[in-house]
Amino acid sequence: MISFALNNEWVNIKNLAPNLSILDWLRTKNGKCGTKEGCASGDCGACTVLIGKYQNGQWKYQHINACLMLVASLDGKHLITIEGVSEQVKTQGGELHPVQQAMIECHGSQCGFCTPGFIMSLMALYLNHKSYPGKNKVIQYLGGNLCRCTGYQPILMAAEQSFTYPRQELNIESIQQKLALYIKQKTENAEIELSDGETGRFFMPNHLTTLLQLKVQYPKAKLFAGGTDLSLEFTQALKQPETIIGIADVDELRHTQFDSSGIFIGAGVPYADFMEAFCQYYPEAHELFERLGSAQIRHSGTLGGSIGNASPIGDPAPLLIALNCEIELTSLRGKRRLLLESFFIDYKKTKLQTDEVITGFYLPPRANNLKLACYKVSKRIEDDISTVCMVLAYQTNQQQTIINARCAFGGMAAIPKRAFHAEQRLIQQPASLTTFQQAGEQITNDFTPLSDVRASDSYRLSVANNLFTRAWYELEGRIDVSKPQTRIKHAAL
Amino acid sequence: MRHFKINHEEIKNGTVGRSVKHESASAQVTGKAIYIDDRHQTSQILHGYPVMASVSSGTIESIDTSEALKIPAVSCILSADDIPGQNDVGPVFKGDILLAENEIFYHGQPVLLVVASSYEAARKAARKVVIKYRQTPPLLDIKMSIANQDWVRPPHSLKKGDVDTALANAANRLEGEIAIGGQEHFYLEGQVSIAEPTEEGGIFVHCSTQNPTEIQHLVAKVLKRPFNFVTVEMRRMGGGFGGKETQAAPWACLAALAADKTQQIVKIRLARSDDFRITGKRHPFYNKYEIGFTDTGIIQAADIQINGNCGYSADLSDAIVDRALFHANNAYYYPAARILGNRCRSNTVSHTAFRGFGGPQGMLTAEQIMDDIAYYCDIEPLQVRLKNLLRPGMDETPYGQKTSQFVMADMLQKLADDANYYQRKSEIAKFNQSSPIIKKGIAITPVQFGISFTVQHLNQAGALVNVYTDGSVHVNHGGTEMGQGLNTKIAQIVAQVFGIDYEQVLVNATRTDKVPNTSPTAASSGTDLNGMAALNAANTIKRRLFDYLEKTYHVDHTSIMASKNEVHFGEQKIPFSKLVEQAYLNRISLSATGYYATPEIYYDRATASGHPFFYYAHGCAVSEVEIDCLTGESTVTRTDILHDVGHSINPAIDKGQIEGAFIQGMGWLTTEDLIWHQDGQLASASPANYKIPAIGDTPAIFNLSLYDSENPETTVFRSKAVGEPPFMLAISVWCAIRHALASLTQQRFVPALNAPATPEAILTAVIEANNWNKKQGCNRD
Repeated sequence: MISFALNNEWVNIKNLAPNLSILDWLRTKNGKCGTKEGCASGDCGACTVLIGKYQNGQWKYQHINACLMLVASLDGKHLITIEGVSEQVKTQGGELHPVQQAMIECHGSQCGFCTPGFIMSLMALYLNHKSYPGKNKVIQYLGGNLCRCTGYQPILMAAEQSFTYPRQELNIESIQQKLALYIKQKTENAEIELSDGETGRFFMPNHLTTLLQLKVQYPKAKLFAGGTDLSLEFTQALKQPETIIGIADVDELRHTQFDSSGIFIGAGVPYADFMEAFCQYYPEAHELFERLGSAQIRHSGTLGGSIGNASPIGDPAPLLIALNCEIELTSLRGKRRLLLESFFIDYKKTKLQTDEVITGFYLPPRANNLKLACYKVSKRIEDDISTVCMVLAYQTNQQQTIINARCAFGGMAAIPKRAFHAEQRLIQQPASLTTFQQAGEQITNDFTPLSDVRASDSYRLSVANNLFTRAWYELEGRIDVSKPQTRIKHAAL
Repeated sequence: MRHFKINHEEIKNGTVGRSVKHESASAQVTGKAIYIDDRHQTSQILHGYPVMASVSSGTIESIDTSEALKIPAVSCILSADDIPGQNDVGPVFKGDILLAENEIFYHGQPVLLVVASSYEAARKAARKVVIKYRQTPPLLDIKMSIANQDWVRPPHSLKKGDVDTALANAANRLEGEIAIGGQEHFYLEGQVSIAEPTEEGGIFVHCSTQNPTEIQHLVAKVLKRPFNFVTVEMRRMGGGFGGKETQAAPWACLAALAADKTQQIVKIRLARSDDFRITGKRHPFYNKYEIGFTDTGIIQAADIQINGNCGYSADLSDAIVDRALFHANNAYYYPAARILGNRCRSNTVSHTAFRGFGGPQGMLTAEQIMDDIAYYCDIEPLQVRLKNLLRPGMDETPYGQKTSQFVMADMLQKLADDANYYQRKSEIAKFNQSSPIIKKGIAITPVQFGISFTVQHLNQAGALVNVYTDGSVHVNHGGTEMGQGLNTKIAQIVAQVFGIDYEQVLVNATRTDKVPNTSPTAASSGTDLNGMAALNAANTIKRRLFDYLEKTYHVDHTSIMASKNEVHFGEQKIPFSKLVEQAYLNRISLSATGYYATPEIYYDRATASGHPFFYYAHGCAVSEVEIDCLTGESTVTRTDILHDVGHSINPAIDKGQIEGAFIQGMGWLTTEDLIWHQDGQLASASPANYKIPAIGDTPAIFNLSLYDSENPETTVFRSKAVGEPPFMLAISVWCAIRHALASLTQQRFVPALNAPATPEAILTAVIEANNWNKKQGCNRD
């Protein structure tokens, strides 16, 4: 059985299809139809809801896509929907929350179908900020919500205006207390198990050992963290897995460590929970993480999921490969660590054994003088899949000679892959524009990319080549005259 | 026919002209606004889902439904043989097939309908049906269709003067071409319908459609019932944009077919990726031209070939390609012109209406021509545009309609001043000189868009106004609410007539049994037509009330005025609600229908001339962009818009239409890239790989002003249509990108740039410009 709160109601569920999404559960089992289905693939944000998580003695509310997240993973969480916002306001004697009021005043809804999703993302912004945090932050919060009517101007205005009204907090302490108590009382070994009454099962272990035992018992089980990839198999491919193991509550997968010995990121930590800390060491990676999906996706998706799926277009892999990352795989037989670049075998194929799970990622401490360029090129700047993703890490000596270089690409091959020829062309060379351009020209020796829906092979080769020039201008182009502008002025860059 | 004259005294205190909130805003922000899929979510109903063809062209050899029927939730699987009436949902011409009989015309074409007790089961079962095909090579290249003269409808052309002689005598001649991509509507609410059998053997349909009457007719024809057995209700759409003008019909008809067979409620909702694959889009076009012009950049002759890729059937393509012809001169005067429009067939889904309806593809060609001339003659592009504008004496379009309102030059000059166009342009030139990677560009472009359906009989509308004895008012009209604020504006209009508060008027669901024989809410005509019909209905009741006052209180008609919920007559006044109550007691009808037909419009196909538009809507925009010459990425950093909505009924709603249309147009010309696989299957079939603008894509600086003017024609409160015209303001973005590209060659050569200007299209153009530079270098050596 699982227990959670839907708005201010307590919910217990025993029987449930393991792959039922929060969205379908709300609409078809509860008649709560305020949350809309726009795409059922996490790309439009119409189904945005808030999830409250109790972490380190604090409640944290984040917006996620209800179409991707499974009901089964809600145990101990607080789900807030558009209906909940309205109920809340009523109990406090009002009609509308400041966020709703602002959307009306600014004419932020036209057809209104995306509106509940926008309201929930704006609620997340409101709950997490005491005052208007500026347009860039608004764009970060709302980048995963599509509106086809307004052109977004009134919504941007509403975001600002909602902070000008008297502040209105949600009246949720009592349900939070009840949830906190429930979480505390969850006995050590009471592992969550759900069933649809037939073949489907969902496990939500709290400990790694249990997870590993389950993995042996159900070798074909699907592991579920944020569902940002796996759920597409349910909503698009209409697959019905027999067994799903949710890993989001496994303690050992939720750790991060950042210190002088390097970085460890547990496989089950959502991006949003580690990217700030990560970027303190590698500020160059900011753009890559901020453009990884949308806020909703970053609140759910994990490194373990991205790497485990071995997607050739996932952005974390090139970054981690270029930074010499090791992946930790664990089974009941023990742990092993591999260089991440050797983990990928072929398209969507990895060295992970059926009894193994990915437990985390180790990065060595940042080397002195390490220079790093992280570039993502896509059709749309926000919430898009990379056409080409390049990460280049290198060091120079005092004579400005490049002494080592690691360069990895996404979108250029069936797996995330290093550009060895380009690297070789850099090493032992002066860090000049010519060197970088010549390295770029090696791309045709490193890759034979595909033409697909995102771009042609020749475009990919040209861009991959040109990105070395951009890297030189940004990292080396310390010309006496002012540095040229190297990036377009887009709000999300 | 009565037309409205503005009583400025009445308007001052009235609702018209105010930025009233959208009638559904409160319901929308609280999640209470009901969309069709929100109905029957927890009740036991049946769900239909189409079985879609997996080839683009061929014939069906065999169908095996046995595996699908093994799923217990499946109740039946319907085919063309189960259709009692016609198996065709073509809106104007036959050829839009409901369920394939033998031949397959496009990838994803519905062949069967699975009916099951759950949505999931219906979808899964549909995938379990095994169909074998005898494939034939699909026609997917528009140039092949042109070469083979393979049309869905015969070509039509506009002719003015002797273009061949004018070209031969022209001082300069240029040829050009442009491939223009289509566009997916991406209404946030996908196609959805619910059909419910009625006790008299008819069907009640809830459908997310811009055209309830056509749904009514087609459902009746498919089921072989009289029209009065079918009622269609439509409260609101989650976006339409033209995508629910004809494309809602198949799903309503299939739901009705299944409901009729099973005598149960049946819902059909397309999953997003299927909505992408099997509903029509904006037409891709391939246009070519040859123009002759003076050394000073004035057009002498234009020979333009417009080719619309219509897909497999006619749908609305005849009128869409016509509109491309009508706008291939945009706001410009062509002394001699030949504009040929081909309706090319291909084995894709049938392309359909989308905001602008062919206008954008014609207009983009005109703007490319302007830039071509400007770069060729080395004249500032805005100057070339100003010189070529339609103007008194040079006011005749290639289809014989004379322009009578000449505001474009004033608007362009005002916008150029307000937006500091010339100064920014010189700053950009300076920036580009010292910026090797990022180049900036700026462009200002006009829009002159003809208002009226080009199919004459569609220019009519009806409304029903009921005044209740407490003074509250209920209005039905033939238009549909898709977010554009039509119901809000109509409530304002009716409130204005009665001099009552806007809140006293309720406009809700459009129903075919309340207002019959309606036209689609399309061609930007919603308020022009239905607003005028509602106005006429309200005026009928108002006149009865005033007649009653005149008779009872012996006052003169002219001394009666309705304002602020009161009616003033002579020295006296009476609350509107009291007057209504008195009128009822004195047996005066408080219900009236209203009707409106647009005057003055006609078009003669045989001579390709006439007066197809009641009036023109105008606008102009200046956009500034940055492009990255290493990656082809681009962004719009600033846009300024000046748009003419006449006397605005609701400025906030009009501004919402303008901003939204601009961003949608920007998407069409930049990131929205439809890609088909070689076998004719749509590759960009989900929002994961088809990218409409997101919030950060909006220009950092975005200024919008409404042009201060009244519509010279007698439209409702002298307003102008606003739905489509501002879409084409986004052409300024595309021209600005070309301007940035031209900086690579010091404005001496502009590389070709197909639309949309994706990063790949821009980088291709950058490479072309660099190659041109190299060639010039070689030549000089």
